[in-house]
Amino acid sequence: MRLGLILGTLVFTLFVGALVSGYANASFTESLRALFVDDGTPLTVVMRDIRLPRALLAVMIGAALGMSGAAMQGYLRNPLAEPGLIGVSGAAALGAVLAIQTGLSASFALALPISALAMSVLGVLLILALAGPRGASITLILAGIAISALASALTSLVLNLSPNPFAAADIVFWMMGSLADRSFTHVWLALPFMLVGWGLLFSLGRGLNALTLGEDAAEAMGIRLPAMRLRLILGVAACVGAATAVAGAIGFVGLVVPHLLRPLVGARPSALLWASALGGAAMVLAADIAVRELLPDRDLKLGVLMALVGAPLFLHLIFKTRKEFA
Amino acid sequence: MTLLSLSDLSVRRGDCPVVDHVSFDVQAGECIGLIGPNGAGKTTLLRAALGLLAADGKSSLAALPAHDRARQVAWMPQAREIAWPVSVETLIALGRIPHLPRGSKLRHEDQVAIDAAINRMGLDAYRLRTATQLSGGEQARVLIARALAQDTPLLIADEPIAGLDPANQIATMDVFSGLARDGHSVLVSIHDLGLAARHCTRLLMINRGRLVADGPPAQVLTPENVEQVFGVSAFFQHTPDGPVFQPMTVIQ
Amino acid sequence: MRASRVIPLVAALVLTGAAVLADAPQRVVSVNLCTDQLGLMLASPGQLISVSKLAHDPESSSMADAAQSLPVNGSGAEEVFLLNPDLVLAGTFTADATVQMLRDLGIRVELFAPASSLADVPARIAQMGVALGRQSEARAMIDAFNAELAELSKAPPRRPRAALYYVNSYTMGDRTLAGDILRAGGFDNVASEAGMTYGGTLFLEQLVMLSPEVIVQGRDYPGQARAEDNLEHPALARLTNSRVAGTLTDRDWICGTPMVLNAVREMRDLRLSMEQD
Repeated sequence: MRLGLILGTLVFTLFVGALVSGYANASFTESLRALFVDDGTPLTVVMRDIRLPRALLAVMIGAALGMSGAAMQGYLRNPLAEPGLIGVSGAAALGAVLAIQTGLSASFALALPISALAMSVLGVLLILALAGPRGASITLILAGIAISALASALTSLVLNLSPNPFAAADIVFWMMGSLADRSFTHVWLALPFMLVGWGLLFSLGRGLNALTLGEDAAEAMGIRLPAMRLRLILGVAACVGAATAVAGAIGFVGLVVPHLLRPLVGARPSALLWASALGGAAMVLAADIAVRELLPDRDLKLGVLMALVGAPLFLHLIFKTRKEFA
Repeated sequence: MTLLSLSDLSVRRGDCPVVDHVSFDVQAGECIGLIGPNGAGKTTLLRAALGLLAADGKSSLAALPAHDRARQVAWMPQAREIAWPVSVETLIALGRIPHLPRGSKLRHEDQVAIDAAINRMGLDAYRLRTATQLSGGEQARVLIARALAQDTPLLIADEPIAGLDPANQIATMDVFSGLARDGHSVLVSIHDLGLAARHCTRLLMINRGRLVADGPPAQVLTPENVEQVFGVSAFFQHTPDGPVFQPMTVIQ
Repeated sequence: MRASRVIPLVAALVLTGAAVLADAPQRVVSVNLCTDQLGLMLASPGQLISVSKLAHDPESSSMADAAQSLPVNGSGAEEVFLLNPDLVLAGTFTADATVQMLRDLGIRVELFAPASSLADVPARIAQMGVALGRQSEARAMIDAFNAELAELSKAPPRRPRAALYYVNSYTMGDRTLAGDILRAGGFDNVASEAGMTYGGTLFLEQLVMLSPEVIVQGRDYPGQARAEDNLEHPALARLTNSRVAGTLTDRDWICGTPMVLNAVREMRDLRLSMEQD
């Protein structure tokens, strides 16, 4: 509970920090005042229509990705299972790109998250089929590489075939992810799916705890594994699909956050779920502040920062689990 | 009271029967050893009895809804899996999952069951240790304690004492026979026929999926059965210190 | 950088000088959208035998109707060579390899730099006149252009603040053709306030804080791209003191031809309509 308080305070502080960082020069108090009081100045528009949805999306996406990572790792009992690394985010991006390029999302806005969700279901199914129930590291990583490569190739193909001259420039966005200039439209588009996803993943806590002892023992303790697998697939797909549909594929959140928090929750998979949701929100908020503060006049993609932090940790984890590879 | 009832239980892998029409009942207060050579079908029989494996015939446990079954029987698989570096006490507390209402924290009665399991396995000094950092033998004892914390009338364990040192093997078998004296029942598969003869009230001997003998150790471990099923000769005598069984030579 | 720009310029001057002396070219092929249009305006009948693919697209070219009677080419060296031209009109951004290949094959290639101001337009017209041997037509066109531009860009009573806002939050400063069109139309460009003189990214937040009176958006391209999202951001609609001047066509804004006067006129009309409000 103390950890919950600390993480909650961290998220709140970073949320306020995200609200007051940006290109417009305005003091801390001026900015917050403009958020609460509409004085007809452009600063109110900046605070309410640009920064607020951006900060909210950072929280939502961070929570969704952190929780998805914790859930996948708990289910596969492998700390390397992360939606971005195993290709689920890439598949979701392909779904989103298909919805946009076919014009489906222009005529029916929800087509964007739904299509991203459908493709991530496919991604998770493929991973579970290829990696097997125990999710051994080597098969998990190889399957992830294959799915990521296929998804990104298809995404590039679809965008290159587009008649729009700017579609090809979108490839970077879909691969690296960004929250720049997202609006409340995107908040409302993603929120319902994420609520469902959070609910489904949160309900897995008990089953994930039992799985610490292996599938057989968990099943004998009354855990229904097929139902659990279904909730996991839909929950991860809803979270990752909605996050990717509005902000592109942001990797490594689901890897770094559970890894850092696991010792703090006594490694209990159920506690790691909510802790990773809070931790993920804090991490994406911090990264989104950093991309604006470090290089204010460049549109630095979130994924770049995440990979700079996450990739070394990934290598460290591979090094730790290399016994499995032998 | 019958805790488990199997009738004509069969498991096939392709055309080949792995468990072949096995029937027996388990009553309260029994400590049963399931013996048989490698590949006789012990693990398959236990998993099918639990309903973890599709099987023909009847098993009273497999017929129960998953949730009710989990309050009837605790199962300790052969693979000693501990996926995450949790504390010993946290791991043992996992045994309370079938009893906890959804989303509830550990209640007083749960803590009592956990403490009882810890005491029975002599793990009090280990409570706060990280389970994944323990030795293989210590992990085995922690996992047995986990199964005990489930506090079910029946405990089924697949080779629970494999890999333990002699003192731990004997202590663990003592725990099982103690459970039987308290009115629980234990069904364990076991390779050490000497320990089985000394601690079990009843032995089930299976060979090639079939139940060959069922009864008190003296009736099951006859020279003929042992020779036929295990291919060894054996020394078996009742002494003032209890029964002594020792396999001697391989019979060609 | 400087040297590489000087060499084609010198080459162009030498070749242009040669063209004055030689007879006018008879088979002219254009491989660039801007030279397509200038060529169509100045060439004698039959002199221009092929234009680039974009010349037929009414969204991109202001002379698409006039170009319909001419066959298009894909701007590749092989295709152009087979048309047997005696002069190829290209832009300085045409692939170096293509230009070099054509020159190696003995074909004269005239390169036109893109216009970065309205003052570049008469220079491009003059260059085209020399290249095609139509100097007197070019001179008349330049005089008409200068006269109309002077008329259109008479000093306005008040210069409203405006922003050019394109896909991916791109904007154009004063020292670009589009910026110059905006200036001639009687507007002050807010990009200058943000310290931008050439093209660059104007972040949505910056744009909102600058809250210009008019936001001029670029053309709507076919198909979809996420990069176009910024043009529909709800924050733009919330700016009560700003007017989003919808989607203005780009075709009159890109090339240094007399067609830029249409763009200037469009901007001047927009400004006049604001004075009436």
